[in-house]
Amino acid sequence: MKYYDKLIFELSKEGRKGYTLPENRMKEYALSALSEGLKRTNEPELPEVSEFDVVRHYTNISNKNFGVDTGFYPLGSCTMKYNPKINEEISSLPAFACLHPLQPASTVQGALEVYYNLSHALAEIAGLEEFTLNPFAGAHGELTGLMVMRQYHMKRGDLKRTKVIVPDSAHGTNPASAAVCGLQVVEVKSKPDGRIDVEDLKPLLDDTIAGIMMTNPNTLGLFESEVLEIAKLVHACGGLLYYDGANLNPLLGKCRPGDMGFDIMHINLHKTFSTPHGGGGPGSGPVGVTKALVDYLPNPQVRKAADGTFYLHHSEDSLGRVSGFVGNFAVMMRAYTYILSLGKEYIKYVGPLATLNANYIKESLKDAYYLPIEGICKHEFVFDGLADKSTGVTTLDVAKRLLDYGYHAPTIYFPLLFHQSIMIEPTETESLETLDEFIDVMHRVAKEAIECPDDVKTAPHHTPVRRLDETTAAKHPILNYRDLMAL
Amino acid sequence: MNYKYFPHTEADIRHMLERIGVNSLDDLYADVPESIILKKDYDLPSSMSETEVRDFFRKLGDKNQSLTIFAGGGAYDHYAPSVIPQLISRSEFLTAYTPYQPEISQGTLQYIFEFQSMISELTGLACTNASMYDGTTAAAEAMLMAVAAGKKKNRVLISETVQPNTLEVVRTYAKFHGVQLDVIPAQDGVTDKAAMEQKLEAGDVAGVIVCSPNKYGIIEDFTGFADAIHAKKGLFIIQADPSALAVLKSPAEWGADIACGDGQTLGMPLNYGGPYVGYLSCTKDLVRKLPGRIVGATKDVDGKRAFVLTLQAREQHIRREKANSNICSNQSLMALYVTIYMALMGKQGLREVNELSYSGAHYLHDGLIATGKFEELYDRPFLKEFTLRSLLPTEAVQQKLLDNGIFGGIEVEEGCLSFCVTEKRTKEEIDQLIAIIKEM
Amino acid sequence: MSKVIEGLYYSESHEWVKVEGNYGYIGITDYAQHALGNIVYVDMPDVDDEVEKDSEFGAVESVKAASDLISPVSGTVVEVNEALNDQPELLNQDAFANWIIKVELSDSTELDSLMDAKAYEAICKE
Repeated sequence: MKYYDKLIFELSKEGRKGYTLPENRMKEYALSALSEGLKRTNEPELPEVSEFDVVRHYTNISNKNFGVDTGFYPLGSCTMKYNPKINEEISSLPAFACLHPLQPASTVQGALEVYYNLSHALAEIAGLEEFTLNPFAGAHGELTGLMVMRQYHMKRGDLKRTKVIVPDSAHGTNPASAAVCGLQVVEVKSKPDGRIDVEDLKPLLDDTIAGIMMTNPNTLGLFESEVLEIAKLVHACGGLLYYDGANLNPLLGKCRPGDMGFDIMHINLHKTFSTPHGGGGPGSGPVGVTKALVDYLPNPQVRKAADGTFYLHHSEDSLGRVSGFVGNFAVMMRAYTYILSLGKEYIKYVGPLATLNANYIKESLKDAYYLPIEGICKHEFVFDGLADKSTGVTTLDVAKRLLDYGYHAPTIYFPLLFHQSIMIEPTETESLETLDEFIDVMHRVAKEAIECPDDVKTAPHHTPVRRLDETTAAKHPILNYRDLMAL
Repeated sequence: MNYKYFPHTEADIRHMLERIGVNSLDDLYADVPESIILKKDYDLPSSMSETEVRDFFRKLGDKNQSLTIFAGGGAYDHYAPSVIPQLISRSEFLTAYTPYQPEISQGTLQYIFEFQSMISELTGLACTNASMYDGTTAAAEAMLMAVAAGKKKNRVLISETVQPNTLEVVRTYAKFHGVQLDVIPAQDGVTDKAAMEQKLEAGDVAGVIVCSPNKYGIIEDFTGFADAIHAKKGLFIIQADPSALAVLKSPAEWGADIACGDGQTLGMPLNYGGPYVGYLSCTKDLVRKLPGRIVGATKDVDGKRAFVLTLQAREQHIRREKANSNICSNQSLMALYVTIYMALMGKQGLREVNELSYSGAHYLHDGLIATGKFEELYDRPFLKEFTLRSLLPTEAVQQKLLDNGIFGGIEVEEGCLSFCVTEKRTKEEIDQLIAIIKEM
Repeated sequence: MSKVIEGLYYSESHEWVKVEGNYGYIGITDYAQHALGNIVYVDMPDVDDEVEKDSEFGAVESVKAASDLISPVSGTVVEVNEALNDQPELLNQDAFANWIIKVELSDSTELDSLMDAKAYEAICKE
């Protein structure tokens, strides 16, 4: 296939068009009547292209992308599982897709039922009372969940609880969400085995603590075995427990955050519930809470009346509104389809099979890559670079070399606890054959690191483009076509 | 556990357990306290076959009512070209991860660059990020930008004329972030400039948020706003419908520092409220305060033009609690949607969309006034959405329209209804609406 | 091996202060620029801003890392090194020749708590 790198602007030719619109039959009302002072004086330079130009252009650039349907993503913390096609079909059903968000409840009963039933299915899976589906993404869910936490303390008049405890191994969104929510972050240390140090936690717990954010399994893929003790301690000091649902996948069918003592959590529908990542979004970040916190959830809330009809409720105690309407509805349609497809008979195997796949890779590769923490992991695990560090081949080089072999790179240099972190999560939808091929390639790269390190250090070699000059990009940002042409 | 999404055979599982050195799948959870191990199936429906899933949703869909949309209020029923869903459902776009590996993500990175470029053309502001969740959260993030840029200044003014859901979302963010939010009252349907200036005099204002067309559908005149705000070293933030910016004065032309809004008007399906796509643009001076992902152009080691996520050191995965924002996932695929839309429509198509909407909306406006059942609320310029005082009980009007399969007449304030006409509404549909009202 | 220069005051967070009369020039050490790699941006305060000892006054960014700048002394910013706006790489080229801000010291006794070149060199070797 020939290499294609045009921008859509470069196909533009004056007078071409890619649309048809109906004739204007009410021309007597002309936009030209609008006062000049309200009109723009310069035309926006949007491309002028034919419909086929557009189709071929975007098809061609899509060929330079890698997706779950293209190949394996051993990507830690991102749960890149197969995105079932039926989900796509259902999500675009016209009977749902054409609904205006402000339509009266009586005309959107089917949509409200999807929202309500999905939120209750998630509540069952999480062991919590109620979910809002309004947040748009995981980080937005974190922010919303922390707002619930603060709202709870504020409503009780407990205004001095302005700190939240976050483990040093947490996802970057945790401290960032806390800061947006006006909370001060207090870091709790990990033990050498990567789990929260309960002894380090104890002295932090006082009456200024709003709560703790935890990821379980944590970002090393390890189950926080002392979670019950931690929950007891945090509750005893008056704080709440927040569960970051980014790593929920391995627990499906095995245990529930609510049963561990968590009060608030978010779920990433685009991770655990198989909705596509779309090159970075849209996601959906439902937030679940215990019974005591239900009224604090964001407005509007979807409720079911005694007569079985659904309606939008605005709670007085609510933290407020976090979204224009009720969130990424079409994403909910996909997740609900996934849950109904698997049903109670199969959803319970998601966690165990994901965990099986991760442990299989870990055990198969620990001869060639340094495994800092031995033992059973959950859905993911972390290597600290190659076992043989004498070659100078870094984690970045390994990751880039994998691209040459047709794999996405693992998550690298995260968590920050190790210098050469390689974080691998295979998910339950990958077959033994795919895992074995990946393991072979990882061994081959480890061997290349010794035999021909320069090939690895200069990888990738076979991708549409090779390593980029990111320094110049950041130093002198070129962020639009106009500036690119002005160069 | 034989299900179509799980490729594991019994033999595979045995082999894998052996390699790991455990006897059963349960053993993989030996580190989980016994007391919290789930010992029952979830209380969920039974697995459905594909045919059953289709039937299930068809029946649910029957409980919805497809209506002819004459309403706006932040979500607009514009024409969606058939090309777009076909292209964005290509697996290479749909199932891709965030483009952190630029060598195998040029497709995503390139369309984001095109998205940024096109939105910047519309807003006139040079820097646009890779998208926000929606127009309301984009406004909230604009407020956070202003507060971050204003260092110790902690007050933000917002016009009462923004859409009510935007006001509520911004208020929520302000409350928890500790921003003092002060609402500028409306005067005759537009932001009261004198009241704004008075509030600016009180000092400490980091930014001012206004919206046009506003919640009444009125196109506001911001003459003098930028000077007044900049004189007090505040940032001027305009929330604007990007489709309308093809013809209306751009935020840059009004002297704004930041523009935000919802790209839903760029041909996106209504989808009961989402996914839509927020946008956020700013001047070059503010780019380091711009939240979220940003794509820049560069070259690879062979000198090939390429695109890459840049200025990442602002973001949560590096700056953690010191990041400008917590945003991680955005609405990337929806950014692709509107990019393809803008490519298809071009400047001429977008202009025509506005001309058609303008004609239809004004035709309806005059038609409703002529029925004698409505009267002018504020006699001010509008584009596709307008608000009238209803001389009939508003609920009766809304219900009557619903009975005729029409959704129209959002009660913007007591006794006043807003209507919206896009290029999708035909003359016949408009005439029918007028006739229904006339009969009442 | 990173360079250390005699006659400057050093902090544990790898900033240096060069004192001239009642003014202090603040920069980052050679060790710090090495650790960061290619510097792409320096976030600096404005003239007349107050800085406080041990508090952050800005940040230095590389492509995939960022490091806060912690002021070793308290005072008022009287000048910022504008050259770094266009050429942040100057810090990589010579971290000691390129100061970041010039501060009017409000309490010169604070200097006593900082390290001399020898003590700082020892820290870098740890």
